[in-house]
Amino acid sequence: MLARIRWGGVSGFVIRRLLLGLIVLIMVSIVVFAATQALPGDPARAILGRSATPQSLAALRLKLHLDQPVFTQYWTWLTGLLRGNLGTSLAAQEPVTTLLGPKLVNSSVLVAVSAIVSIPVSIAIGSWAALKREKIFDTVTSNLLLALAALPEFVVAVVLVLLLATTVFQVLPAISRIPPGSGPWNYPSALVLPVLTLVIAVAPYVARIMRASMVEVLESDYIEMARLKGLPERTVMIRHALPNALGPVFQVIALNLAYLAGGIVVVEYVFDYTGIGSGLQEAVLNHDLPVVQALAMLIAALYVVLNLLADVATIMVTPRLRTRL
Amino acid sequence: MIPAAGPDVAAAGIPLEAPPVRATSLLRRSIRLWRTRIGVLLVGLLVLLAIVGPFVAPYGPTTPVGAPNSLPGGKAVLGTDYLGQDVLSRVLYGGRSILIMALIATAAGLIVGVVIGLVAAYARNALDDVLMRVMDVIMAFPQIMLGLVAVAVIGPHAWVIVTAIALTTVPRIARIARGAALPVVERDFIASAEAMGVPRRRILFVELLPNTLGPLMVEASLRMTYSIGVIAALAYLGLSADPNGANWGTMIQQNQLVLAVQPWGAVAPIIAIALLTMGTGLIGDGIARTAAGIDRSRGAE
Repeated sequence: MLARIRWGGVSGFVIRRLLLGLIVLIMVSIVVFAATQALPGDPARAILGRSATPQSLAALRLKLHLDQPVFTQYWTWLTGLLRGNLGTSLAAQEPVTTLLGPKLVNSSVLVAVSAIVSIPVSIAIGSWAALKREKIFDTVTSNLLLALAALPEFVVAVVLVLLLATTVFQVLPAISRIPPGSGPWNYPSALVLPVLTLVIAVAPYVARIMRASMVEVLESDYIEMARLKGLPERTVMIRHALPNALGPVFQVIALNLAYLAGGIVVVEYVFDYTGIGSGLQEAVLNHDLPVVQALAMLIAALYVVLNLLADVATIMVTPRLRTRL
Repeated sequence: MIPAAGPDVAAAGIPLEAPPVRATSLLRRSIRLWRTRIGVLLVGLLVLLAIVGPFVAPYGPTTPVGAPNSLPGGKAVLGTDYLGQDVLSRVLYGGRSILIMALIATAAGLIVGVVIGLVAAYARNALDDVLMRVMDVIMAFPQIMLGLVAVAVIGPHAWVIVTAIALTTVPRIARIARGAALPVVERDFIASAEAMGVPRRRILFVELLPNTLGPLMVEASLRMTYSIGVIAALAYLGLSADPNGANWGTMIQQNQLVLAVQPWGAVAPIIAIALLTMGTGLIGDGIARTAAGIDRSRGAE
């Protein structure tokens, strides 16, 4: 098996990891295809429902290439996917690419802003808590983060709506719909609550791992050495402790970014944000299988790629791991 | 600083292979922590509410009792929802299905995941690679997305949701089980069990399994927290077997639009879900801290 082949060095590791990621992606595509197109029974009927006429069933079968062998169908679908041809939405009668393009942009903005806000904030909270270990700040944040981490994100979202958009204060919009032809950058206030929800969903995990990692680093001999040398505390923290503590955090950050890909499904729905998450929910309710297929593939691919980046980044920032390759 | 017990013990010739922490002892020790106690209390309360709730509810879950969106007072203690149904009664009815589904899904995922993880760790060959790659494939689907796709393809039945959650729980448990079992597989007592001709199944479940229970219990409580969240979220997204069933997730969605008029219809189920998941989260954290404390006192890395 691939994992057993040992090429030396970092490049070998990256190549091996890339190949593994590719294998996982191919398997994912088979699963998505099998689950949504090669189901037992007649997919055309499953899509059109019981009231469909024989003519429309036959037309759809031809369109979905159902008259061909399963492998040919898979190949047609996969090559179409790679060329950016994701099929036609059954509900909107539009190419899936046209339908999802703007939504993908909106969702990317949402995830990117959430990441840009949550990563520095959680690294700062985690480092500060580690520095003030067992003091008030540490105790308060660790309990608060524990409680927040346990909450499902739609609960966080609705509570935020309650607090900031409806019952208590009315300072922000409860609905974040982005009109077609426009971008979220034109509606900064619409972004605030969805971003805040995603930050609250992700930050606890990153902050907790950052705290644990930083505690370990602060106990190490080289930090003691740096302090004994009389370096200012700020230099010790930023130059010596932080870079070493970040290693394990990269993995968690990437995992949480991947988690955001799933988290947006619910959060976009809560705020009626026009993105791929609410698009997936809509497609599921409409039985729009080509759209479900495309989004499942997209979100899964994102997950695999982010995991891959996490592994590579962890190796890059942790020199001692390289020797074990 | 951590007391450096390791090298001294080794120098004294005492075998470093400490016996595994028994699951019961881990639980007994973790209950000494306040956070575990609060967690147990919260979960106990909510489970009690889910079990007893339907018997003590003043009205049926779908009985209209007054004007829609009326504020607390009079006949309805927490007011009525957007259809004029009693909020309190619906909250009392709404926990049972979530809890039962989450429990079955987590338990099923736990059992299958543990078996796969232990087999993979013990195999140490191509089977390990194949199993873990399959786990990677399942991991690539976020829980909520797999739930959505399953419902889209098969339909919004309870068993579909439970199976989807269980399936997404498996790889996460399997990874933890494999990771915890790998160092144990290398130890001498496994080799000696093999030499004595102990059947493989016995080695897996009698020798390996007890040594992995600490991390597994932590992960199981985390998975339970997620299962509750995802099942409630699917109901919130309008994907549950009964669109007007009394379910905390459904209730939040139904009454979200009238938050400004009658907040209790959404707030009451929010409080219920929040207390429940915080409870399972606290229990998991309590066990994790206890397990870490035991490791530390033994001088393990």
